[in-house]
Amino acid sequence: MPATIAVRVQSEDFDVAAEIADLSRGRTDIGAVVTFSGLCRDEAGTLAALELEHYAGMAEREITAIAEEAARRWPLSAASAIHRFGMIRPGENIVLVVTASAHRQAAFDAANFLMDYLKSRAPFWKKEHRVDGRVGDWVSAKDSDDAAAERWRR
Amino acid sequence: MKLVYFAWVRERIGHSDEEVDLPAEVTTVRELLGFLRARGDGYAQALQYPEHIRVAIDHEHVDHDQRIGTGREIALFPPMTGG
Repeated sequence: MPATIAVRVQSEDFDVAAEIADLSRGRTDIGAVVTFSGLCRDEAGTLAALELEHYAGMAEREITAIAEEAARRWPLSAASAIHRFGMIRPGENIVLVVTASAHRQAAFDAANFLMDYLKSRAPFWKKEHRVDGRVGDWVSAKDSDDAAAERWRR
Repeated sequence: MKLVYFAWVRERIGHSDEEVDLPAEVTTVRELLGFLRARGDGYAQALQYPEHIRVAIDHEHVDHDQRIGTGREIALFPPMTGG
């Protein structure tokens, strides 16, 4: 059975427990669920918010393509991804990846792969808003993130 | 051709999208970046280091050698920082 893939790009927050429940409801084939949530941190008290800009249309399409690639590489039962946009304050959710499989290793690896690819290929950009009122810089892409995505190449 | 810009590329160019008539000799992404760089200071500033510019044609990532072909929407943006 092909993996059930669900991708959402939204400004609203999400409920991690509800997303896990949605993904596994009514199914008895799933033996492992892995979740990753990415949160906004306050950078030692200096950051008031992150402003997430995205390319509507391409963002959904690209994350879906990455999830489909994960489902080709690992025997997944389901994969969900949610990415927020707009103003996000420290402590709030930014991104969620949930993967489900019969066994844990596929779920762990697929979640890791999804996040690595999402960071370097999904069209989102973060701008910092500082506590001192200054609109700060665009967050720079990290070489380490590219390297993380690169290790999955084949 | 519709061009769309994001993040600091958008800020430096000064608008988020525009319709541009491309001259016949602009056939690849690299040539498009060169053509745009000559359109004014904002463009020159945004596209000063073309190796840092990521490009998508009709919502698909492409490299700078890609031919523009019949693409309808070309997006220019910095390396992505989501997740």
